[in-house]
Amino acid sequence: MTSTQYRVIGSRPVRHDGADKVTGKAIYTADTKLPGMLAGFVLRSPHAHAKVVSIDTSEAEATPGVHAVVTGKDFPNVENKMADLGEGSVNLAYLSSNCMAQQKVLYRGHAVAAVAATDVHIAEAAAKKIKVEYEVLDSVTWVLDAMKEDAPLLHDDLVTDSMGDKAENPSNVPVHLHFEKGDAAKAFEEADVIVEREFKTATVHQGYIEPHAVVADYNEDGRLRIWTATQGSFTARQQTAEVLQIPLGNVLVTPCEIGGGFGGKITVYLEPTAAILSKKSGRPVRITMTRADVFEASGPTPGSFMRVKIGAKNDGTMIAGEAWLAYDAGAYPGGMIGPGCMCVFSCYDIEHAVVDGYDVCLNKPKTSAYRAPGATQVAFATEQLVDELAAKLGMCELEIRQKNAVKEGSRRVDGPVYPPIGLEECLQAVQESDHWNTPLEGPNRGRGIAAGFWFGCGLKSSAACTVNSDGTINLLEGSTDIGGSRTSIAMQLAEVLGLEADDINPMVGDTDTAGYTDVTGGSRVTFATGMAAYEAGRDLQQQMKTLAADLWDCSADEITVGEDGAFTGAGKTVGFKELATELFQAGEHLVGRATVSPECPTNGFGAQIADIEVDPETGKVTVLRYTTIQDAGKAIHPSYVEGQLQGGTVQGIGWALNEEYFYKDDDTMANASFLDYRMPTMLDVPMIDTIIVETGNPDHPYGVRGVGETPIVPPPAALANAIFNATDTRMTELPMSPPKLWKAMQSKQTSE
Amino acid sequence: MSASKKVHVTTTINGESTDFLCEPRHSLLEVLRDNLGLTGAKEGCNNGNCGACTVLLNGRPVDSCLVLGVEVEGAEIETVEGIACSSNLHPVQECFLEGAALQCGICTPGFLVASKALLDKDPNASEETIRFDLSGNLCRCTGYDKIVRAVQAAGQQMSAEA
Repeated sequence: MTSTQYRVIGSRPVRHDGADKVTGKAIYTADTKLPGMLAGFVLRSPHAHAKVVSIDTSEAEATPGVHAVVTGKDFPNVENKMADLGEGSVNLAYLSSNCMAQQKVLYRGHAVAAVAATDVHIAEAAAKKIKVEYEVLDSVTWVLDAMKEDAPLLHDDLVTDSMGDKAENPSNVPVHLHFEKGDAAKAFEEADVIVEREFKTATVHQGYIEPHAVVADYNEDGRLRIWTATQGSFTARQQTAEVLQIPLGNVLVTPCEIGGGFGGKITVYLEPTAAILSKKSGRPVRITMTRADVFEASGPTPGSFMRVKIGAKNDGTMIAGEAWLAYDAGAYPGGMIGPGCMCVFSCYDIEHAVVDGYDVCLNKPKTSAYRAPGATQVAFATEQLVDELAAKLGMCELEIRQKNAVKEGSRRVDGPVYPPIGLEECLQAVQESDHWNTPLEGPNRGRGIAAGFWFGCGLKSSAACTVNSDGTINLLEGSTDIGGSRTSIAMQLAEVLGLEADDINPMVGDTDTAGYTDVTGGSRVTFATGMAAYEAGRDLQQQMKTLAADLWDCSADEITVGEDGAFTGAGKTVGFKELATELFQAGEHLVGRATVSPECPTNGFGAQIADIEVDPETGKVTVLRYTTIQDAGKAIHPSYVEGQLQGGTVQGIGWALNEEYFYKDDDTMANASFLDYRMPTMLDVPMIDTIIVETGNPDHPYGVRGVGETPIVPPPAALANAIFNATDTRMTELPMSPPKLWKAMQSKQTSE
Repeated sequence: MSASKKVHVTTTINGESTDFLCEPRHSLLEVLRDNLGLTGAKEGCNNGNCGACTVLLNGRPVDSCLVLGVEVEGAEIETVEGIACSSNLHPVQECFLEGAALQCGICTPGFLVASKALLDKDPNASEETIRFDLSGNLCRCTGYDKIVRAVQAAGQQMSAEA
């Protein structure tokens, strides 16, 4: 626990971009307007799986107002090359054909052509005149069906890579992962109690309110300028350049304000198409997805099938774990199975474990990250089994978690040994919380708890700070700001320099101005870009010491910088602003800079408590009270840490209780609108209480751990445990929507 | 299908008399954003599900994607751009900032407009009333907690000032 007293860190200043965002002045991509700009419309497949026999665009091209039409033929051939996207990697050939289908469409919503016209209505009407002849193929949308030998094949050339061994025959399973530690089979023989169940979860969407949007302007000199809603301008630049087969340096990506992402705005969908339309028309082109496009043709997160088994001794020690996981990859390989394997036993110190994971292609949109991608599914399974173990052993559900919680030195099944972590402290916070210590009374009510983990990554970040003549700072960084990160980064620079948060003007640069910075994802921005800002501040102080030595006629070694950022030497002490002003007047203008690439995970652990009431007549679950607890390491701006905890929790509640991709018999989505997909509204949730635990992260100057992702992990499990405690019904399928819960309660009554 | 003949519409937007030409098929949201450059109202769904395009039509909050431009002849419209009075932020804007009631900010204009309409009518609105009244506005970032608290705080400030 850190005892340092900070001036700025831990305070709650108003965010720097706040006034813009409450007055409607903030510019999001769809708000961008360029002279001569055209509107694009993408024509999409109505079928889940089909061969594209022919495309006739002649009538669309002849429509007045239409300036360009593109199809797969306009896209260059891209090799099967893997590109690193920062958080994960992608096969470029797949990425290209996901942007625009070539010979086959692999899901409803797959782009087949696009039109640019003077008005979006003209573009849409013209797109509908494009004649696409399809040969409809058998399709598959359930993960276990897609794994069968006789399943419809999405990719003829895809063979399973099983830890480096390639299978002979093609299948829909690109990857089989296998991890083990100890001897799980033997440990299960020695276990006194074993629990095992199968679980299913539905495909869900991140549900950001801003649809994907892009403006592309392909200049006559070969320079492509892109304004887009992206979590990572540098990865958007790389993907766009590689899909178009043009030099990276020819592409400028300007990240606009971004209306939510949660992992879903890392992959490019529209950028290459808009660029080609712009090149063909000679005009800037803007494309925005419709809401149905967002559901059907961006990247939801995997549905899954899981079989998990845990064995324990009579004293409650978990000794054996086994998991068999199959996750949707969507139409192309590369889903979230890796992190699923990593997270399935990540909260418990189980000596012997074996995990098998399968990435499975099927006729759904290519899956994407969604806040701790792959972790929520496995937590739904494991955290329910932990409750069942506790019940069988006559232990309290909190006690069994405390007894088995991972700590410094515990080894995860996929290899890493934990440095100092904070799960025990989070469980302690559960035990001491008002919520846990307030009895829940009344019929059909239940309380559930669950723990959660996300590793949190470091990756690459850059920051540069220019000192103004009055000693204030312009901070240039490259992390697109989705939830107040300009401020949490600026606060770290202010702290090190002895300034106030509003002495810093943070700016998110484009790919020409900012230093290379990986995506806003992986819970990494406040940690890594904050670290870059801190280091840039240290760089500035170093330069100032050298210059002050000249000014003060002493040696730089004699000058020290205090905790308050003041410089002391040659018998005097001068604050940052004063020295900066003095140096500026002496002709010195200062720029501090830093690049960082911390390789260490930040290991965010959390625990949550849910109180619910079930309506026995309808199966509807009402959340009565909810507490989210998390180890933030050190909360830079506590309000925005609370915001991450509350927002992630409510997304998890939606995932638990209602959200799902509902597929019709023809494997097309039945509910591609907000009304029918039905995310939580304000009326569906209570206040979300938060407890921020601060264990300090030794790998960060201020002790920061990533916090953004972990909060979405426990809710489905915590709510399932609460539902069991309320109804004696164990729910093994997500979502636990009223019809499903009602049916489960009915069949339980019948079987009794 | 060719574009229909444009219609001349006279209306009042944020207190200023405004004229525009629009096709009968154009929504008020399209008119505000594309014709008039008022991009504060956002398009999240274009079918009345998310509330990001909320504006006041004769004092009543509406999804501007569900109103046609030609329908606002003679009406008074208020958008997020009109909420701050001169350079002073409205209490609801201040409380959203102080209370960190926004993250990505895309739903914020709709929430501000809807909240102002509620508080003008009932500054002492209970948590239940706030949650009911604003349930047509979706936010995916905040989990709503800080939005509800900000609206309550703004109501208190407005009552105290009244």
